[in-house]
Amino acid sequence: MFSIILSTASKYLLPLLLIFSFFLLLRGHNEPGGGFVGGLVAAAAYALYFIANGVEEAKKLLKAEPIKIIAAGLLVALVSTLPALLAGRDFMSGLWLEPQFPVIGKVGTPLLFDAGVFLLVLGIAVKIIFSLAEEDKR
Amino acid sequence: MFNLLLVGFIASAAAPFLYKPFRNYFGWISASFPLYLFISFLSRYREIAGGRVIRESVSWFPSLGINLTFLLDGLSLTFVLIITLIGTVVFLYAGAYMKGHAHTDRFYLYIGLFMTSMVGLVLCDNMIALFVFWELTSVTSYLLIGFNHHLETSRKAALQALLVTGGGGLALLAGLLLLAGISQSFEISSLYHLHAVVIQSPVYAGIVILVLIGAFSKSAQFPFHFWLPNAMEAPTPVSAYLHSATMVKAGIYLIARLNHILGGTALWQDTLVVIGTLTMLTGAILAFTQMDLKKLLAYSTLSVLGTLTLLLGIGSRLAIKAFFIYLVAHSLYKGTLFLVAGTLDHETGTRDVALLGGLKRKLPLTMLTAALASFSMMGIIPLVGFIGKETVYASILELQTWGPFLLAAAVVANGLIVMVTMLVGFKPFWGSAQATPKPPHEAPLKMWLGPALLAILGLLMGLCPNALIGGLLDRSALSILSEEMGLVIKLWHGFNFVLLLSLVTLLLGFLFYALRGKYLPAAQKVQLSPIAKPSAWYEAGLNGMLSLAGLQTRILQNGYLRYYIITILVTTMALALYPLFGAGTPAVHWADFSITLYEAAILLVMAISTFMVITSDSRLKAIVAIGVVGFMMGINFIIHSAPDLALTTFAIETLTVILFVLVLYKLPKFIRLSGTANRVRDALIATAVGVFMTLMVLHVTAGDLASELKTYFAANSLPLGKGRNVVNVILVDFRAIDTLGEITVLAVAAIGVFALLKLRLDRKEK
Repeated sequence: MFSIILSTASKYLLPLLLIFSFFLLLRGHNEPGGGFVGGLVAAAAYALYFIANGVEEAKKLLKAEPIKIIAAGLLVALVSTLPALLAGRDFMSGLWLEPQFPVIGKVGTPLLFDAGVFLLVLGIAVKIIFSLAEEDKR
Repeated sequence: MFNLLLVGFIASAAAPFLYKPFRNYFGWISASFPLYLFISFLSRYREIAGGRVIRESVSWFPSLGINLTFLLDGLSLTFVLIITLIGTVVFLYAGAYMKGHAHTDRFYLYIGLFMTSMVGLVLCDNMIALFVFWELTSVTSYLLIGFNHHLETSRKAALQALLVTGGGGLALLAGLLLLAGISQSFEISSLYHLHAVVIQSPVYAGIVILVLIGAFSKSAQFPFHFWLPNAMEAPTPVSAYLHSATMVKAGIYLIARLNHILGGTALWQDTLVVIGTLTMLTGAILAFTQMDLKKLLAYSTLSVLGTLTLLLGIGSRLAIKAFFIYLVAHSLYKGTLFLVAGTLDHETGTRDVALLGGLKRKLPLTMLTAALASFSMMGIIPLVGFIGKETVYASILELQTWGPFLLAAAVVANGLIVMVTMLVGFKPFWGSAQATPKPPHEAPLKMWLGPALLAILGLLMGLCPNALIGGLLDRSALSILSEEMGLVIKLWHGFNFVLLLSLVTLLLGFLFYALRGKYLPAAQKVQLSPIAKPSAWYEAGLNGMLSLAGLQTRILQNGYLRYYIITILVTTMALALYPLFGAGTPAVHWADFSITLYEAAILLVMAISTFMVITSDSRLKAIVAIGVVGFMMGINFIIHSAPDLALTTFAIETLTVILFVLVLYKLPKFIRLSGTANRVRDALIATAVGVFMTLMVLHVTAGDLASELKTYFAANSLPLGKGRNVVNVILVDFRAIDTLGEITVLAVAAIGVFALLKLRLDRKEK
């Protein structure tokens, strides 16, 4: 089932949804949002694109293997715990940089950790959707 | 010492990366590392022999009393020198022996890790650290026995060794914990002056039994002996190193180390004597029918390990002296002979004694090495093995009650060992030449140099024992017996009864060798009933465990999702029911109870949707209805000002519906499969769960909901967590370690999903 309207719309919706998911990730520390829900929204964006254009196109767009995104997410989350250890603080204490960055806001290890959660959730959701879709094709 | 171990682990980890670029010289490169350790420890020889004990401590878990405490005294130095010296030879040897094998890089990783762990094991004074190294040697031994993992026999032998030694390790841990309970310290040295307290303790018998099970399983004592011959599946350098010279002596080491804490009682000494004698005889007798060079050596190793245990059991000064000399002598000659067996295998393509003969011209250097080591193993003057055997006999002669029986047993066992030596050390080289699978030729330098050096060392130690090992003897004895020995080692004791016994042993050995040809067919036909074979006990235990696992898997993991859900729900209710009833009826404050119009509307929609899910005749309809329930829940969260929860719920519900739709395509046409009885059962369970949840919520809300956490998080979110969104700050800062655990679980689950789906895809492709 191919719908030209959905296909065209998804091309514009995908970047918007991705920007929205980053927005959720970054504002999460002060307003509703966060890495988990951000990752879900990003996954939903790819899911929409896949429904409109098929799994091959969606995979091409994603470029990276979902399983690698999962691994990268876990790695980022783990790496975010290291600065505190190196600084001699307790494991996983949040460390923040002093200056505020434009757009991003405050930057610190919790944000990095949240980014890891974001990637991991995105990877898992996309992995499951793509796997089921490929299974479906055969 | 800690630094040396650290170097060891790092060097082992680096070995696989260094192997590829330096493939041709890797034997030499890798051998330099144990050699370095050997020299560093040898430089302490004078100090230790002079009576010093070197201690070193590195904090590990100071609050638990677990530290990396190392103790270098005579006993540990002896073991370390054996481990590193044989290690040097084996590493060099493996450079040629393992050449061309696809995974030589891995081999060096495993064996390097093993050597470092083994050195750590004999240096540790802290029981927990000792246990960790103990288990590390078991694990590396598992990896090395199963090195040729494409062979089923290898895998089986590796698992067997791991289960037997690992199980023994658990017993050892329990014993050590009991022991530590007495002194309130994990340091072995802290118990040295508590001997009287320990043997009076009510748990003393338990400690002895548990510790000895650990030591016996590691050192392949009867009835745990069966794993050692099977472990010969490992590449020969491994057999020479782990399964004759070092790892199997770890149990013996532990017994020696704990001897003057636990020893001196009838329980300890007699157990050692009985088990030692049994092992000595079992090993020697079972060797009679073996045809494989390595198996022959393995069974004779069993016999020697039994003798060492027996000597510790006798426990007299002379016995400890014999223990020490025999230990050193055995490591030297057995390591050499194993490597010679490996050379024969490598150069001729067979290890079958019957197929080997007349190789003396083709492998002259190997022949000389083998002969020298064999003389030591047979106990021929002037090699160190001769002194070893003489002192063993002398210490048995001192005994009053057990003496004659033990002496007979020792002479027969040693006679059989002489026979084994003839088969391994001489038969392949002398007599008529036979056709071998590969045309034989002399081994490369790397493969004869090391064994030859070990054999020559055995000769030198026999010629001037006092200069080479005498200094350590007193110090080792001090560690075992806690008394000064003042004994010297002599090669020649004059013409006495002991010398006569040595001659009798040799003659007996020649006799066994001569008779072997005639009685071999008959002996090989002897089948022991399974009850008499500990290996059959092991098999029965393992099979029983597997069928038990199969049984419970069939019951609990039957593959039907509906039964999983039923099991989970019913179990939860059953477990929670008791405390729930115990708490009495919840005090419900009806006065506070109010419901807004919005909430009532949401409830109504949820109820209608649920009804639709149950009654619908199309899957799509049911899924959409479930989605409606989820979204209503999300709206409910918004009303109760939990926007984060609502946001996440919406995202999850959306994705769930997408997933369901994807699965939907796959499913067969919707038909009603479950009968009325099933539906009634499901309805009952569902109702029960509903009632249960309601009760739970009522109980929870009846209690005091004001918790300190709430105020703490609300007050500290901004100052400590630098964020105004309390929920998110909890997730990524206050309780971030929980989140880390959860995302790890998610990642593992994703790998599971990947594997399951991949498995099905692969099957379809085939």
